[in-house]
Amino acid sequence: MLLGILGMNSLDCTPATNSLIRSEADSQRTLYPYVTGTSVVGIKYKDGILLAADMGGSYGSTLRYKSVERLKPVGKHSLIGASGEISDFQEIMRYLDDLILSDNMWDDGNSLGPKEVHNYLTRVMYNRRNKFNPLWNSLVLGGVKNGQKYLGTVNMIGVHYEDNHVATGFGNHLALPLLRDEWHENLTFEEGVILLEKCMRVLLYRDRSAVNKLQVLFSLCGIHTSRLLGNCCTV
Amino acid sequence: MSSIGTGYDLSVTTFSPDGRVFQIEYAAKAVDNSGTVVGIKCKDGIVLGVEKLITSKMMLPGSNRRIHAVHRHSGMAVAGLAADGRQIVARAKSEATNYESVYGEPIPVKELAERVASYVHLCTLYWWLRPFGSGVILGGYDRDGPQLYMVEPSGVSYRYFGAAIGKGRQAAKTEIEKLKLSEMTCRQGVIEVAKIIYGVHDEAKDKAFELEMSWVCDESNRQHQKVPDDILEEAKAAAKAALEEMDAD
Repeated sequence: MLLGILGMNSLDCTPATNSLIRSEADSQRTLYPYVTGTSVVGIKYKDGILLAADMGGSYGSTLRYKSVERLKPVGKHSLIGASGEISDFQEIMRYLDDLILSDNMWDDGNSLGPKEVHNYLTRVMYNRRNKFNPLWNSLVLGGVKNGQKYLGTVNMIGVHYEDNHVATGFGNHLALPLLRDEWHENLTFEEGVILLEKCMRVLLYRDRSAVNKLQVLFSLCGIHTSRLLGNCCTV
Repeated sequence: MSSIGTGYDLSVTTFSPDGRVFQIEYAAKAVDNSGTVVGIKCKDGIVLGVEKLITSKMMLPGSNRRIHAVHRHSGMAVAGLAADGRQIVARAKSEATNYESVYGEPIPVKELAERVASYVHLCTLYWWLRPFGSGVILGGYDRDGPQLYMVEPSGVSYRYFGAAIGKGRQAAKTEIEKLKLSEMTCRQGVIEVAKIIYGVHDEAKDKAFELEMSWVCDESNRQHQKVPDDILEEAKAAAKAALEEMDAD
């Protein structure tokens, strides 16, 4: 009842009209996700950031879409990975594209780094949550700017933090313990990939919405983001 | 050329007996008195150049930009009242992002020019709005290749392969006509534009100026950007050398 009234400030809500108005207002906000992506895992390594996620889009319990790119580069310095509602992620990418475009058009040699993008996303997610119309995603944001590595996460209720290793969804339960044990400063690129692969394998074993096709992105100090796409078969 | 339209020039909604709208012509005078702006269409792209007259020695170089990116693939150089020009650029940016969000592709330059011209013309139709005191040279690179348009305060817009507005436009146009643009790359075009602007700058009347240039070409990956510093310096050096040669004659 509270949610219905929030949307209708200026109308008189008598009990008779309330239920009619309420259903209209409800169709304007996210109630539950439809096509979802599962965990994203991210770590800092010696030269930058590594992100891994599988390429699955589940429709409930059906593993419906098997080539969904859930990791994308953002601007010159950052990488974003999303779990949760895929259409909301597409909308977030539109916001970020507009943001990066306006930033580029200044043409003044400056550009938004991962810390700035993370902050922007936090504001967006938190404000949407306050309007009871969240973007149903858990995001991982990482990148390198001016030699500084940055890795952070923000979710649909606006909780955000940064750390040396982050994960969303099931990754929190299955991947993070592995990372806490085996992560250390100055991981080489190869060690980082092996570590992430280990996490993704455990997730493939235990997460029912995981698929056996991975996407891994890396972000290097001083170089634009690049990606390598791996096909991982079940072991 | 200057005629006083006594009585018929008080409002932009008044025609004179010989069919002129004087307010629009006066707006064009504001453009004619500003620093020269030049645009050329080369084989592989567009080059825009502005003679930025420096009014105060305390101004930092690189400030008061006269060339603005409108979208990834297009840019606009402004002549006349700077604040009016900013409004036009803001509108163009908004039209470009709106087109992209609706149609999913970058706005064709022709479409952008039409929308900008339409907006400028709008402000000549109502008595409570004054015409824009600035003209704009718009250059972009889309599927149909590089294109150059000019929009005047009256709201007309034409497509050009070479255009100039501002103080030195007559001399600049003469120089542009001498160039073989269809065979020139933007690299060479940058040097030619620099030469033209240095050439039309009147040392006697205006003291200092700063040269601002931008391009959209294959070399810049079809993105609008400021001409890179090293190429800009090269162009300035070539232009100064050409000037000295002319003086030596």
